[in-house]
Amino acid sequence: MIRDITIGQYYPAESVIHRLDPRTKVIMSFVFIISLFLTTDIRLYLAVGALVLGMARLSKVPLSFMLRGLKTIFIIIIFTVAFNLFQTPGTQVWWQWSFLRITREGVLSATAMAMRLILLIVGSSFLTLTTPPVSLTDAIESLLKPFEIIKVPAHEIAMMMSIALRFIPILLEETDKIMKAQLARGANFEQKGMIKKAKAMLPLLVPLFLSAFRRADDLALAMEARCYRGGKGRTKFKPLKYKMRDYLAYGLMVGYLGLILLLNWAL
Amino acid sequence: MSITIKNLNYVYSVGTPFEKQALTDINLEIKDGEFVGIIGHTGSGKSTLIQHMNGLVRATSGEIEVCGHKISKDSKDLGKLRQEVGLVFQYPEHQLFELTVAKDIAFGPKNMELSEAEIKSRVKEACELVGLADRHMEKSPFELSGGQKRRVAIAGVLAMKPKVLILDEPTAGLDPKGRDSILNQIRQLHRQTGMTIILVSHSMEDVAEYVDRVIAMDKGKIILDGDPHQVFSQRETLLAVGLNVPQITELVYQLREKGFDIPDNIITIEEALPWIKKNINK
Repeated sequence: MIRDITIGQYYPAESVIHRLDPRTKVIMSFVFIISLFLTTDIRLYLAVGALVLGMARLSKVPLSFMLRGLKTIFIIIIFTVAFNLFQTPGTQVWWQWSFLRITREGVLSATAMAMRLILLIVGSSFLTLTTPPVSLTDAIESLLKPFEIIKVPAHEIAMMMSIALRFIPILLEETDKIMKAQLARGANFEQKGMIKKAKAMLPLLVPLFLSAFRRADDLALAMEARCYRGGKGRTKFKPLKYKMRDYLAYGLMVGYLGLILLLNWAL
Repeated sequence: MSITIKNLNYVYSVGTPFEKQALTDINLEIKDGEFVGIIGHTGSGKSTLIQHMNGLVRATSGEIEVCGHKISKDSKDLGKLRQEVGLVFQYPEHQLFELTVAKDIAFGPKNMELSEAEIKSRVKEACELVGLADRHMEKSPFELSGGQKRRVAIAGVLAMKPKVLILDEPTAGLDPKGRDSILNQIRQLHRQTGMTIILVSHSMEDVAEYVDRVIAMDKGKIILDGDPHQVFSQRETLLAVGLNVPQITELVYQLREKGFDIPDNIITIEEALPWIKKNINK
């Protein structure tokens, strides 16, 4: 029930995309997201959609897994579509009722917005679905390294992220366990009304917070016991190294970006 | 019949790469008033099985009937069932949340919508059953020691007056003294109230000493089911699945291998003592 969140859920499989260097994947994700905002052309979005589908095949992650993330932003998509559909001024009015009107431009922009949002979520879920969280933070640390000159604490940020990511499944499991324990004591989490609802959550939230603090305490102690003292002079067990396929991927990415710009300008 | 389970199967995360058959063809009958121990390796399906018994986990296929309630995929309103089947989870002290011990124990009865007076008397009774002193009642549960917290948590379940009490490793993480005192209290509870008790445990010694019937599980299946003497005489079977016999049974086994005159159905120290004395005096 609480396991419907795609972000931070690694899908283990053997594929080219899984084997790419995590840094390549982070940068590609960034470029992908930027590329979605470079255009508003529905035809281009369709092409990008086809590309994403192809990538999904390549990554061997089942489509149902990729689309799972959409469930959480479903409402946002509906709102965006509704606003764009009814509130875009335009030349060709197709339907009107008091302040609501549907115009040609409105339909186009609503479709484009919906597609952009869907592609955004599905496309960016590639990164977390095909990269184990630990490699992901390694990549972020490595990519932030150059900014240490302007005092960006790259290692600390990466460490915090990896701890946070690591704790998501643990806390989910803990929530599930506490929920079950309270259900066994006759708790009812589906109360009606705001105040009652909030009150019903107390037996879940108090133990969950306590357990989070207890775990944080234990972790800090365990890290200190192993002489953790920040990132200075720390070496990696598995240093990141670019391979041929990563250079190839970067090449494809530049090509993709160029093509999007070109097509957007030409169409 | 208190609990009847027929052809129960349970599969985790159906339709994902994490799919896993957790329970396979479980058939089980537990009668009213029995004191049953469930042993098994980590991941053998013990916890999943007991969660089926009060509807926290729904079977993928098969039939379960507990205290006259049929549990199926779409049975709703399991409140009544959960009152009758008290489930104490592993490390139950992690579920405490109220401001005072008394309030925490009252959480279950309150959910049953009992009268103030009834709740009060139940809290008092539950505390007596687990041996919790009156002076702790108005303290915060978080001030207490580990063993005391666990008593509070168990009392919280007992205050609902269940007909069946299921305890998942109630002694995990306790010191030997705390362990003995909790287990003795559970035994006393069984004798006083005739409650059906199911005890999940890692400790062969505890199971041998306290329960009347042992169920051994491996990879989601029941592999042995019988009274402790029967089950622990199957040394080879138990060892093959990573379980063990009680230490004293192992000792007696080794002695018998060496040619000492000791019977092979010993599972507690009390049973072994006269035979060891006899052999020494020879």
